[in-house]
Amino acid sequence: MGENEKIIELKNVNKIFGDHAAVSDFNLYVNKGEFVTFLGPSGCGKSTTLRMIAGFEIPTSGEILLNGEDISSLPPYKRPINTVFQRYALFPHLDVYGNIAFGLKLKKVPKQVTNKKGQTVTKMVKLSQKEIDEKVTRALKIVDLEEFEWRDISTLSGGQQQRVAIARAIVNEPEILLLDEPLGALDLKMRKEMQIELKEMHKKLGITFIYVTHDQEEALTMSDTIVVMKDGEIQQIGRPTDIYNEPKNAFVADFIGESNIYTGIMSDKKKVKFLGKIFKCIDDFPKNEKVDVVVRPEDVIITKKGEGDVDGNLISKVFKGVHYEYTIMVGNSEVIVQSTIDYAVDQVVGLQIGEDAIHIMGRTMTTNKFEGYIDNKNNVVFADGTWEVDVTTLLEGSTLDEEGYLVDKLGKKYDLKNADVEIEVGFNDIELFDNDEDGTVCGEVVQLIYKGDHYQVVVRTESDDDFVLDTEFTYNENDKVSVKVDPSKIKIKLKGDIANYEI
Amino acid sequence: MKFRFQRKYLSIPYLLFLLLFVVVPVFVIIYYAFTNKTTGQFSFINFKNFFANNTNVQVLLISITYGIVNTLLCLLIGYPVAMILANKKYNKNKVIVLLFIMPMWINFVIRTGATRDVLTWLGISGGYYPELATIIGLVYNYLPFVILPLYTTMLKMDRNQIEAGMDLGANPIQNFFRVILPMTMPGIVSAATMVFMPTISSYVISDILSEYNVVLFGSYIDLYFTQNNWNFGSLMALVMLLLIGISVFITRKFSKDDNTEASIW
Repeated sequence: MGENEKIIELKNVNKIFGDHAAVSDFNLYVNKGEFVTFLGPSGCGKSTTLRMIAGFEIPTSGEILLNGEDISSLPPYKRPINTVFQRYALFPHLDVYGNIAFGLKLKKVPKQVTNKKGQTVTKMVKLSQKEIDEKVTRALKIVDLEEFEWRDISTLSGGQQQRVAIARAIVNEPEILLLDEPLGALDLKMRKEMQIELKEMHKKLGITFIYVTHDQEEALTMSDTIVVMKDGEIQQIGRPTDIYNEPKNAFVADFIGESNIYTGIMSDKKKVKFLGKIFKCIDDFPKNEKVDVVVRPEDVIITKKGEGDVDGNLISKVFKGVHYEYTIMVGNSEVIVQSTIDYAVDQVVGLQIGEDAIHIMGRTMTTNKFEGYIDNKNNVVFADGTWEVDVTTLLEGSTLDEEGYLVDKLGKKYDLKNADVEIEVGFNDIELFDNDEDGTVCGEVVQLIYKGDHYQVVVRTESDDDFVLDTEFTYNENDKVSVKVDPSKIKIKLKGDIANYEI
Repeated sequence: MKFRFQRKYLSIPYLLFLLLFVVVPVFVIIYYAFTNKTTGQFSFINFKNFFANNTNVQVLLISITYGIVNTLLCLLIGYPVAMILANKKYNKNKVIVLLFIMPMWINFVIRTGATRDVLTWLGISGGYYPELATIIGLVYNYLPFVILPLYTTMLKMDRNQIEAGMDLGANPIQNFFRVILPMTMPGIVSAATMVFMPTISSYVISDILSEYNVVLFGSYIDLYFTQNNWNFGSLMALVMLLLIGISVFITRKFSKDDNTEASIW
């Protein structure tokens, strides 16, 4: 078994349902024998990707290469890939044996046979009853269900059904085993046990596993490689330790494990300012750039007042079994700290954050950017709304005449009707309202990241425009909200030269 | 003592109903079947007469044949229809389901009379093609009874199970016979029972459409009762009761999980 032999490769894979892109521009390869996990919140496209590998969905565009051959339009029954379904999908009309033997009974294998002329030829033959029996018994042994052959499916518990589903898939000796949230329906204890068993099974069988889950802990425990997904796009690919220690962006950091995320500014070379103080750090970004800073709760050390890097007020303590979880207020920012040492609440403590505990991520976005146009009343239309923006800012010293034309200092007239513009709105310039009437456009909260002293909220409008904004108040995902922007805070820029609009 | 209402009293009307309209009539039938018409005494004479006369047995066999043919045809036509109806891709708002069910809303006799006229107009009149006309009429009438139970079972089917079949290497044909068909068995069984038994005892359809050329068991029973031979008619009704009992027993054996709600038994 070659260590770095690609078994499956997805190239520029896209899947569009109606007008919704479930998976966009997906590029990934999986090595033989690897345990890969697709991790992400529901609706992130991870299951769709898995279904494309299984053959239940055909990519809208792109290629899926299995051992170098494009299989993207091959039907599922021709692929050497088997799936363990989320709700097991066992056949109720068959017993345990019948379920596991289902694939074997259909399978044809090449066999050397001697024909009438005495020549040896290769023929595709079905497996004999004895071979099937042996394979079923072996599969049952692997999943620890010996002597269950003749049991009816309906008499099995959830965990046992799950094992049958796994046996049914691995008995066919697939090149890749796909697992679609297979442990989702089990209780916590059972889930933990199965995680370990699956991992051992993976080692023993040497089959490539592609696993889908929304449970970050499950992903970290089991995988060789994790693919973090959001909105149909890959956020980060890496080993569990890389994903945990070096998250690429705030979404990954927030999704994987607990973390403190702050907005910081690079104050100098390898120095970052957050929590009102300058910290030394390892990652380097250009000076004065706004960055996201991640500090894991277990990496912060509580010291006596004045002995740490910053002081804060310890306001709450929760016992979590192995450790305590403390909430410490540094100014207006919250710092979550995990420690095994017992501290009293309501006291000022020092916090020590070492340079290797600080992880800095470049911000993908520092302002909201939209594309829109100017309507016949000189208002700007973008993101589902009409905004009363002062268009005279497009040209210095210009004014609007009575007919609505823009007139510059020299008296040249411009008709801005239908002119395309680029719009920029800062995170702090957007107001969020609970009800539809108060704001200019309505939308739904799709993401929420806590940044110590405020939340960064992403509001998505009906036409899928995103407003990213900072707010002190907490919202929930899927909350219906409306947003309003002070028109003077909306920056617009004309696409193309203004001369094009001269009349 | 004060009267206290208990929940079990609610069953009294139903018990009375069952007693009056199910148990008593069955005993009346048994009584008449084993009574000599002329002497009014207990006897097996009707029983003997029934099997002594070839025509009776023949009518019974013909009825069973019609029942089987009708059931098979209904299943063959109804199964694909139900499959299409249960597929959300083709049936978005259940209007098509309604179209198949709607003929049931029209009075049975009028509908059958209209069927006869249409068939005659098409050249399939009962005088010339009595068997064909009868079968067409039967299938037309009983098709909704097949589609409905099949449609409900198919709606409940998990798409993942069908996908699992394909995933494990079954091509569409293998998948149909190894996964979809066995999983819809409860629906098939209840559809078959809902068609087979009423077909044997039905006589309006065969009478009207075949212009009395096809005589089914039901019309035979009707004949004896109208001729005032209640005793012989009762015996025939009893024979049919037993037949139905046996067919129910067989179909129950046939479907392994008999506790599915789709089955009416």
